Amino acid sequence: MSEKNIYLPSLMKIVKVTEEAPFVKTFRLVFMDEEDEKNFSFKTGQFGEYSLMGAGEVTFCIASAPTRKGYIECTFRSAGRVTTALSKCEAGDTIGFRGPYGNIFPIDEWKGKNLLFIAGGIALPPMRSVIWNCLDLRENFKEITIVYGARTVADLVYKEELEEWENRPDVKLYTTVDPGGETPGWKGEVGFVPIVLDKIAPSAKDTIAIVCGPPVMIKFTFPVLEKLGFKDDDVYTTLENRMKCGFGKCGRCNVGKYFVCKDGPVFTRTQLKGLPEEY
Amino acid sequence: METEKRTLKKSSLEKLFNSLKGEGKKIIAPVKKGSIIDFCEVSTIQEMAEDYLLTVQSAKSAAFPKIEKLFDYVISQEGVSTKDRNLDSIPEMVLFGVRPCDAFGFDSLSAIFNWETKDTIYSKRLEKLSIISFSCNKADAYCFCTSVNGSPGSIAGSDILLTYAENDEFLAEIITEKGKIIAEKSDAFEASKDIDKSKLLADVPVLFDVKKVVKNATASFDSEIWVEQSLRCIGCGSCAFVCPTCACFDIQDESNGKQGSRLRLWDSCGFSLFTIHTSGHNPREVQSARWRQRIMHKFSYMPDRLDVIGCVGCGRCSRACPVDMNIKEHLIQIAKDKI
Amino acid sequence: MNELIAKAKYLLSSKTVDVVIGYGKGSGKYARAEFIRKLDDADKMIYNETCIQNLATYVQKHEVKHLGKIAIVANNYTLRSLLVLASEFQFTEGQVLALYITPENKIVEMPDFKSIEDHLATVDTGLKPDEKEIVDRIEKMTVAERWDFWQKEFAKCFKCFACRSSCPLCYCTKCMTESNQPQWIPVAASDLGNMEWHIMRAMHLAGRCVNCGDCARACPMDIPLNLLTYNLIEGIEKDFGAKAGMKATDISTLSTFKPDDKENFIK
Repeated sequence: MSEKNIYLPSLMKIVKVTEEAPFVKTFRLVFMDEEDEKNFSFKTGQFGEYSLMGAGEVTFCIASAPTRKGYIECTFRSAGRVTTALSKCEAGDTIGFRGPYGNIFPIDEWKGKNLLFIAGGIALPPMRSVIWNCLDLRENFKEITIVYGARTVADLVYKEELEEWENRPDVKLYTTVDPGGETPGWKGEVGFVPIVLDKIAPSAKDTIAIVCGPPVMIKFTFPVLEKLGFKDDDVYTTLENRMKCGFGKCGRCNVGKYFVCKDGPVFTRTQLKGLPEEY
Repeated sequence: METEKRTLKKSSLEKLFNSLKGEGKKIIAPVKKGSIIDFCEVSTIQEMAEDYLLTVQSAKSAAFPKIEKLFDYVISQEGVSTKDRNLDSIPEMVLFGVRPCDAFGFDSLSAIFNWETKDTIYSKRLEKLSIISFSCNKADAYCFCTSVNGSPGSIAGSDILLTYAENDEFLAEIITEKGKIIAEKSDAFEASKDIDKSKLLADVPVLFDVKKVVKNATASFDSEIWVEQSLRCIGCGSCAFVCPTCACFDIQDESNGKQGSRLRLWDSCGFSLFTIHTSGHNPREVQSARWRQRIMHKFSYMPDRLDVIGCVGCGRCSRACPVDMNIKEHLIQIAKDKI
Repeated sequence: MNELIAKAKYLLSSKTVDVVIGYGKGSGKYARAEFIRKLDDADKMIYNETCIQNLATYVQKHEVKHLGKIAIVANNYTLRSLLVLASEFQFTEGQVLALYITPENKIVEMPDFKSIEDHLATVDTGLKPDEKEIVDRIEKMTVAERWDFWQKEFAKCFKCFACRSSCPLCYCTKCMTESNQPQWIPVAASDLGNMEWHIMRAMHLAGRCVNCGDCARACPMDIPLNLLTYNLIEGIEKDFGAKAGMKATDISTLSTFKPDDKENFIK
């Protein structure tokens, strides 16, 4: 085991800030120390602890894909103390990063399968990492379908990516907004994500479903997937939870005998059913 | 290393103490502070409390203090810089006069702090720590070490264990290499005598089968018993903070202008906001869920994942609890066949 | 105490209340809180000099509130706590039935605020002589001596918040110390930070504290927090002529503004 101080973050410079939606930003980050850059690697699904010295640390997934080298990205909404402080940062500012932590989406096991990605609102960031990873290895997978919804058109994040995915012939993209969230000229679906999913009714045969969204969306999406014939082992999600240390010591993310930061945050529906309802 | 048996005259205890002091080690011992007995740095053996059962707090502060600096940072015009801890500056420490349950507690803590990733700060503190324990010749109604794989004369976790015999002598057990070096340097120990340790220890009857507690707790997540047991719990952190094996912590930055430190601080799963999400969703919204977490973590999850029981039966939580929860009673209830 | 047990059984069987909060034998020197819902459990109830904990703190607890209508064994401190809670709209009249036990061990049912107020009007709620003596002793100290005294005491604190949790009047679901925008009070249990915490808690209790002393009894490190409460109570009475928890319609001394307040800086 290494003798490094596991609480000491690496310093990263913000090289690009993108305003995704009201109160939602993406940072593109590069390591300031070459050694850190050299020693760093991650797999899709993992997260990090991002910090602003003086404000504190906060948990975000790594929203970029490991197939794209030289930088990582994170996307967050200003909600609490640290995210509000981070949202005031600009390109050129320095933040801290500890990671990567957590388990991974087992995309190697998904070779040759169809992939169905379902995401809602601010939960697209963790999905974007695995979507990019799979699209960068497109030949490994059969059909790729993405269903993404947000409350309003303005709340859709990664608007550039959505356009790219829309235009790709090898990806089927469905975007939706909640009823009342559409703008004049909106060409996508209107309806809650689980309802749109039910309407599209993708085939469960040889398909892996990856779901990420607010608890209420997940609660209503799982029954739709069940109805469509998806087996629990083939349905993946990544859990949001209060995490702090990232390595299973501080106790905060302990759910049943699992730690979301170590045994997760990626769980299959089978594993989720084995967790007590404390997340 | 095989445990060596020696003898230490009571009058040579001071010699042992002074030898440690002479080497520049920080000695932490139980001291009478007003109406309580607590651990404190001492310079002479006379400052030590006499005739005490246990300290209010556990000895875990020696490796896991209530405030631990993780690193320093400076925010300047040029940007941000961090300064790592210099672990070599951590002093050599001796816990002098702790109880076997205190020493045993470090096993649980180490299981957590070195679980797959090594917490170098905790580990360095433990490396620089020597533990000289005194066996218990008395116990009170709150003690239950024997029910959780401990005993009033257990050597687990100690470097040297002293058990008071008659004739103003201690049976001295030199358990580790660290203990051996201390013994040699102090020149305070004499040849072993034939002393029957079992006759010198407090009587702590086994009150429940801990295996049953593990089994029943694990199977009873949805039971009403957690509400029943925790109605009087008021959700403070007393139990967690005095416990030798509780390790939950918080990480906070504290700045003074443009410089500051990131700190690791004691926290408790019993606090209402421990698990709250920024969205406002709280997975453990009621105290009974938090009480259940305390028991399950110690008696189900830790045994499952780390192969240790998260409890040494010292009873500190029960003595400190402002509402007399008395964990021993609850564990006895859980160990019964139907809960 | 047979009369109490009988009373509890009657209240439960007649469905006047759903739970009787009282005292049972503790494992240490004090009695512990018991929540009697089944008739057989009422046999556990006791009432003697070990029954000191201010049970009013449970009136606010989620799982207890949801048990239904409450009867609570109340000493004078508990009664006053209930009136402070009532004046702060924490429960409505009739939700809580107070059971006061006289020094002659008679049980007096107090189902409404008036019955509690009338009783408290007959009770001496001032500081006791030994409490006054301690306040005098501290007041005789110089500022430097006091600083030294309190620094030593607060150095022992590790922010377990037993003081806060045991106080019936610390019922905020998000305590000021749990606020981090901004971080009013440092999270770390540092000597100075501890002092900030205790002083701020005392200030939030000024004009509301009834001097039950549970905070000091709850502290595992035996920090004499009751010295702060004695001081507050003396100060509030001296400067404002007010005493907490005497009437359900009392308004909180330090957090209420009336147009005819004597201070005119706000005008």
